[in-house]
Amino acid sequence: MSTPYAKLPRWADYGLIPLINLLVAFAVAGLVVLLVGENPFRAAVILVDGAFGSGPGIAYTLFYATSFIFTGLAVAVAFHGGLFNIGGEGQAYFAGLGVALACLPFDGFLPWYLIFLLAILCSAVFGALWALIPAYLQAKRGSHIVITTIMFNFIASSLMVYMLVDVLKPTGSMAPQTRQFLEGAQLPRLGFLFDYIGMKVRPSVPLNISFLLALFMAFLVWVLIWRTKLGYEIRTMGFSPKAARYAGISETRIIIVTMLISGALAGMMAMNPIMGDQHNVPLDFVAGAGFVGIAVALMGRSHPAGIVPAAILFGMLYQGGAELSFEMPSISRDMIVIIQGLVILFAGALEHMFRPAVQAMFASVSPKSVGVVAAKGEGA
Amino acid sequence: MAEAAIELVGISKSFGAVRANRDINLEVQKGTIHGIIGENGAGKSTLMSILYGFYQADQGEIRVNGKPTVIRSPNDAIANGIGMVHQHFMLVDNFTVLENVILGAESNALLNSSISKARAELKRLEQEYSLFVEPDAVIEELPVGLQQRVEILKALYRGAEILILDEPTGVLTPPEADHLFRILKQLKEQGKTIVLITHKLREIMAITDNVSVMRQGTMVATRETAKTTVEELAELMVGRRVLLRVEKGEPALGAVKLSVRNLTVKDSRGVTMVEDVSFDIRAGEIVGIAGVAGNGQSELLEAISGVRKAVSGTVTLDGKPIDLTGAADPGELRDRGLAHVPEDRHHVGLVLAFEENENSILGYHDKPHYLNGPFLNIEAIRRDAKEKIEKYDIRPSDCRLKTANFSGGNQQKIVLAREIERDPGVLIVGQPTRGVDVGAIEFIHRRLIDMRDQGKAVLVVSVELDEIRSLSDRILVMFAGRVVGERGPDATEGELGLLMAGVEQQEAAE
Repeated sequence: MSTPYAKLPRWADYGLIPLINLLVAFAVAGLVVLLVGENPFRAAVILVDGAFGSGPGIAYTLFYATSFIFTGLAVAVAFHGGLFNIGGEGQAYFAGLGVALACLPFDGFLPWYLIFLLAILCSAVFGALWALIPAYLQAKRGSHIVITTIMFNFIASSLMVYMLVDVLKPTGSMAPQTRQFLEGAQLPRLGFLFDYIGMKVRPSVPLNISFLLALFMAFLVWVLIWRTKLGYEIRTMGFSPKAARYAGISETRIIIVTMLISGALAGMMAMNPIMGDQHNVPLDFVAGAGFVGIAVALMGRSHPAGIVPAAILFGMLYQGGAELSFEMPSISRDMIVIIQGLVILFAGALEHMFRPAVQAMFASVSPKSVGVVAAKGEGA
Repeated sequence: MAEAAIELVGISKSFGAVRANRDINLEVQKGTIHGIIGENGAGKSTLMSILYGFYQADQGEIRVNGKPTVIRSPNDAIANGIGMVHQHFMLVDNFTVLENVILGAESNALLNSSISKARAELKRLEQEYSLFVEPDAVIEELPVGLQQRVEILKALYRGAEILILDEPTGVLTPPEADHLFRILKQLKEQGKTIVLITHKLREIMAITDNVSVMRQGTMVATRETAKTTVEELAELMVGRRVLLRVEKGEPALGAVKLSVRNLTVKDSRGVTMVEDVSFDIRAGEIVGIAGVAGNGQSELLEAISGVRKAVSGTVTLDGKPIDLTGAADPGELRDRGLAHVPEDRHHVGLVLAFEENENSILGYHDKPHYLNGPFLNIEAIRRDAKEKIEKYDIRPSDCRLKTANFSGGNQQKIVLAREIERDPGVLIVGQPTRGVDVGAIEFIHRRLIDMRDQGKAVLVVSVELDEIRSLSDRILVMFAGRVVGERGPDATEGELGLLMAGVEQQEAAE
């Protein structure tokens, strides 16, 4: 009697249940819209249309999604190792220094692709460094990683203010940011791709090549977690530290390596707004993407194939939400945060709320498709 | 025919797609002890949970004393005179016996009157059934045998006429179990009806009047105990003939493989769990460690296998010492030929969320033939897993299935296959057949004997005395962290039982 509920087919597990959770989240969000005195259906249309209805809309959605893919992957890798890295925000922010280091000295004479490679390296290293200290404290001292990574978000924030105001700001400038990057440190934008599907996207829309890097990283994370020895060890540790100990896997090593990878992924997020959009390192460029990454990883069930669509969903909420607050002034940006919160609540915290019902439904419709009886009965 | 205390008619219950109970009919006669036996997962506990109101049946009817009764909660069950003694006690550890007995049965908001009433009632119950327990003792200070007695008293206090006991002897020493049986017989003489759920055939034969056998959610037979045999019941449980005792020849002893000297180990709270333990294991023998759970066996195994730090003492493998500082690398010990089947396969020996093939390399995942550089060689791993599935008859034979979906016996076979197939010189096994079905027990015992016959040194720790006696060439008994005696395989159960209860040691100390 170890399994009170039977297994679901994969498509239901990874498709149907998240969909139901999402619909419920939107239904509740609709009620809130109703309370504000607006028509929820019109709001939904504006939101979806704003995000997907036009070339620029889609491009913006994907631009936001790029950041969320990086931070979502960062959280997911740590999850697999049983670690809750809440510090993606700080790691990405600190990695902004790495990006600056790659861009400022070289943007006058190196081509963009060399600087891009250098920036990947530098942002990853800086992000990883920022995760290293909490990782070390967890591995060697048992300081809880949730607490230390949160604290490191604040430290990163203060440090970056100091760096941008007192060190990196060009003399005479009023804005707390680095100087504007030259062409060498500006990433190619992908708006032109929309020409092929007959949509017009202004060159100012910031969707850039780091989107492709994000997709590639999603693939690499899949390889890492499911196809390498290290990934095997990370997962063993995540599921059962005792089994890891038994198997001769060093807890210290796995905690540190996992957090370094997680921090590196979060760090790479910095390139998207800095080199793809702003072309300088401004204050607060992460803008909450590190935290959204937690929701993305939860919703994507820590699997790259789930994280990419989940990131796009949150990109849609960002982009469509901006349009919505523009079209319906009584719905502020805070409403969008509420909708995001509801998505996180239903997709993350209440993930299993509808599972028993769905399972019962599957069991009654086609007992065979659930197929666990065989495993039980045949006990040798 | 006597009157039926309980009748279950056509009871069915499903959890999702798992049909835990299918059309069960059962009749328990008043004033008898009725055994229900079956393998793990046969549906015994589910059936009893339905009777006690934890679950509602999807179909079927329950009759108590001939009257159709609806039981929606344990309160309904108690109101109908049904009491249950759970496998895992439902006692508040830091309450006294008396407080536990009245818990949930307090008659008003102020406890005083309830307590004095309960005290009088307990005294009466004690005298009637000779169930003595000090009413003011705190539960956590009582041995398990007495804690169980409190559970029985709780049920009787609530006026139970029908008592359900779920695997009651799992935590008891043999003398404690015997005492329990005497109590149960006495209760029967007083007219109580007892339902005993167990997977131990011996207990069924010793104490029950009737026995019902469950298999895969169905009730396959009901027999009068006096007119059946252990062999018949085992066959009914498994659905085919089983050998209950493995045949084995004389051991061919070789060199000392594993040597433990003056080993002392503390647990994480700093309590000494293993004290000054010494023994040797030679090639070609099985040494069994008997003892009631919690007498240091787990810590001993963990220390030898390098996962737990030892306070003092030495352990040598093939004459070379094992690092006992807690920094030992279990991977290195594996390379030196020490394989370990841990007691807790759910959390230590396996990762239940993994696919079967992933578990078939746990601990050996860094061996070159499972890898391509830093990458896992998925093909080799799965091919290897399939070979083991074939060789160990692991079912279902699907190496991509999540390990949690295998039965206990098959999970244990996954661990054994992994450890044995690496051809270790020393194999240490904790609880080889805990939670394993009868059919697989035979298979697992056979493999362990094969290992011994191939000249390996095997250390078996088990709380199942039958298993220890059946497998071992030498038996060490552990009590309170010490090895209190060594006996040959022909030691009687009574003799070992006394050692396990620490009796001899106390006598020696006096």
